[in-house]
Amino acid sequence: MMDCVEDTNHDPLSTHSTAPQTPQGSADPKLERKKPNENVSLADNSLLVDISDALSEKEKVKFTVHTKTTLPEFQKSEFIVVRQHEEFVWLHDRYEENEEYAGYIIPPAPPRPDFDASREKLQRLGEGEGALTREEFLKMKEELEDEYLATFKKTVAMHEVFLQRLAAHPVFRNDAHLRVFLEYEQDLCAKPRGKMDLIGGLMRSMTTTTDEIYLGATVRDVNDFFEQETTFLQEYYSHLKEAVAKVDRMTSKHKEVADAHIKLSSCITQLATREQPSTERFLTRAAETFDKCRKIEGRMASDQDLKLADTLRYYMRDAHAAKAVLVRRLRCLAAYEAANRNLEKARAKNKDVHAAEQAQADACAKFEQLSARAREELIDFRTRRVSAFRKSLIDLAELEIKHARAQQELFRKSLQVLKECQ
Amino acid sequence: MSEGPDTPPFSTVDINNDNRDDEDLFASAVQEVSLDSEVNGAREGLDKVTISDAPSITASLSSPIMEEIATERANNIIITVTEPQKIGEGMSSYVAYRVLTKTNMPIFSKHDFAVLRRFSDFLGLHEKLTEKYLRSGRIIPPAPEKSIVGTTKLKMTSTPSTENANGSSATGSVQSQFVERRRAALERFLNRVGQHPVLCIDPDFREFLESDTELPKATSTSALSGAGVLRLFNKVGETVNKITYRMDESDPWFEERSSRIEALEVCLRRLLGACEALAGERRELAARAHDAARACAALSGADPHAPLSRALSHTADLHEKIEHLRLEQSNTDFYVLAEHVKDYLGLIGAIKDVFHERVKVFQNWQHAQMQLTKRRENKAKAELANRPEKIEQSASEIIEWESKVERGQQEFDTISRVIKKELERWDELRLAELRAALLRYLDEHMKHQAQSMRYWDAFLPEARAIK
Repeated sequence: MMDCVEDTNHDPLSTHSTAPQTPQGSADPKLERKKPNENVSLADNSLLVDISDALSEKEKVKFTVHTKTTLPEFQKSEFIVVRQHEEFVWLHDRYEENEEYAGYIIPPAPPRPDFDASREKLQRLGEGEGALTREEFLKMKEELEDEYLATFKKTVAMHEVFLQRLAAHPVFRNDAHLRVFLEYEQDLCAKPRGKMDLIGGLMRSMTTTTDEIYLGATVRDVNDFFEQETTFLQEYYSHLKEAVAKVDRMTSKHKEVADAHIKLSSCITQLATREQPSTERFLTRAAETFDKCRKIEGRMASDQDLKLADTLRYYMRDAHAAKAVLVRRLRCLAAYEAANRNLEKARAKNKDVHAAEQAQADACAKFEQLSARAREELIDFRTRRVSAFRKSLIDLAELEIKHARAQQELFRKSLQVLKECQ
Repeated sequence: MSEGPDTPPFSTVDINNDNRDDEDLFASAVQEVSLDSEVNGAREGLDKVTISDAPSITASLSSPIMEEIATERANNIIITVTEPQKIGEGMSSYVAYRVLTKTNMPIFSKHDFAVLRRFSDFLGLHEKLTEKYLRSGRIIPPAPEKSIVGTTKLKMTSTPSTENANGSSATGSVQSQFVERRRAALERFLNRVGQHPVLCIDPDFREFLESDTELPKATSTSALSGAGVLRLFNKVGETVNKITYRMDESDPWFEERSSRIEALEVCLRRLLGACEALAGERRELAARAHDAARACAALSGADPHAPLSRALSHTADLHEKIEHLRLEQSNTDFYVLAEHVKDYLGLIGAIKDVFHERVKVFQNWQHAQMQLTKRRENKAKAELANRPEKIEQSASEIIEWESKVERGQQEFDTISRVIKKELERWDELRLAELRAALLRYLDEHMKHQAQSMRYWDAFLPEARAIK
């Protein structure tokens, strides 16, 4: 079932592009990948992380995280642990919570493995089986399995990129939680979210949003750079989100266009069986053409998805992470202002002046530091984004040209053959 | 009633037919002028037919030889239907089409001429042809169906649909699509009639093409008239007859053909569904490409990095172009493939009509046969009872029915023969048409892909220019 995604599994994220993956056929949705070790940081091989294997078990996906390191903090130089998606989220949250990292853009947590769309389609296909011929059904099923596999691979790649970004980061790589995540052989007790947790998460996200609004309204920012960044990111994020949704809709429809060729091809084949030998040959050839055309259209759709939609999606999430930095900065600014007020009060009452002064100086230093860091990170985000978009757009254009050429060639050849076939 | 020369009479059909399918009228028109000697040959045949015109209509069996000669040549006639225009306002408005004919057939007084005809005129023509020729086993090319919804919508819009043809409004494009589809179907209908050796010299057909005056309004074609209701009743009656009467097929050729046609119909219905689904999906894809283009444009507006913003706005432009390309692709799916299949189904309907007509003739014949047997029995009874006046009456009745039986048999033989011929002609034509349609479909899609390549090629340097 897995032998059909050939050249379509480009890693979606160009900045951290991993080595080519070699899919291997096996009965269950299990994935094995071998990769040379020359990825991530070229100069620095001290901490290399990859996901060597992933296994889908019912609702859960188990990722095998493989680490190779020369860092002295780790007990061994190479080890393997099995992690689930929730543990990745847990790791991400630890970074978000850590005040030391407040000025950094924290790599966005990978999206939850979501195979519902594929499953639903498969189910619908099963229900509509009567309306299709056996051949059509098998082809549709094959398409769906390919789709499922592609989603699966993408999910794995996203999780891998998350870890790789952390491992390559000069500061994040030294984090204790990361070490635990990579090394500790047992479960991390990051249980799949229960209902309470979900509500908790909802509350948390609500507080963040209200925080954002509240702070945005109350704290006056004096810095033009950050003000601009805030408006830019907010606007940019919403546009990205819109673009992702639209491009997603487009690619999924494109896939359906490709699938519509299945029926066309099978109907023509059926028609062919009723005709004289010469016409039968003609029609069978035509049907073959449509079938090949379907495959190319399908590739077009998946490449659009990988190159355009996924890039947009990744930067949408990155932009969100950048926004989080700005919120943290505002929070810090609020604390700084509070410290200022405290100091004024203390001075007025002439009580605890020294402690207040100290606190104010600390808050000031912290804020200054965070701002400087955030500024760097945001500028970095911009350049990163531009180069990533550049690469994706070039790749996309090249792939589209390639597919269009293949398609044109296919039509040209089959026209030739069909014209000869009297 | 000889079957005529055994040489395949359609040797020229294919070539000319291809020419006709090309939409380049003038190229093929020029070509045909150079075929003069052949045309002269056709003229002799046609002249003779004209003389025996009237009998050949009432009963085509009276001039089978002429007909055979006529079938040997494809007709040099090209008919184009253009400029659909809405005339009048409100419910009484209608769409008129310009019918251009180019021919060098001597039966027409001029080489090219144009008339203005409305949709019901086409239906009227179809009706007349059906009345005259169906009984003799001719396959009458199907006329496009009347669509009350489509026409009513069209009537209710205040702007003439032709102006909307390249308009952006969604309803406008739907309507112009409706009109365009109908136009293409009408053109096909006329050309099919024109290519038919017998139908094309029919005086009504010629009047339709040539006469400058308005044709008498064909009221019976209106969907809502009394005649329409009557026709509906007739149809119901015929359907009942079709279901209840099963003819013992004596001719294996017919048996094989009718089962093949049934099977073909099932296949084609599925194929039509598939084509329409593809066209529909592609149309939706176009709409979604449009949305994506809009979103990209908005994104480019929000991007502070000038080169990237530029590239994104080019992406938006590109997707808008792609939207149009997808629409064109969808049109290709629809007009080239789906319409062709639909048309094909229409022809199959016409063939089934002809088969049914044959069954009716058979029924008549069998009925006459039964009557004859009865009369003979009556006569035998009368002879036994020794009643001379009865014997005499029966004898005259027997003679009467004998001739009826003979006529019925003759009619049945003729219709069977004509149908065989018609079907053979049709078989060649349909395969050529199917072939042409598929080739054209692939060719157009190839062009679309070339276009897509050009778009992306132009985009590539823009993506590279991001610094």
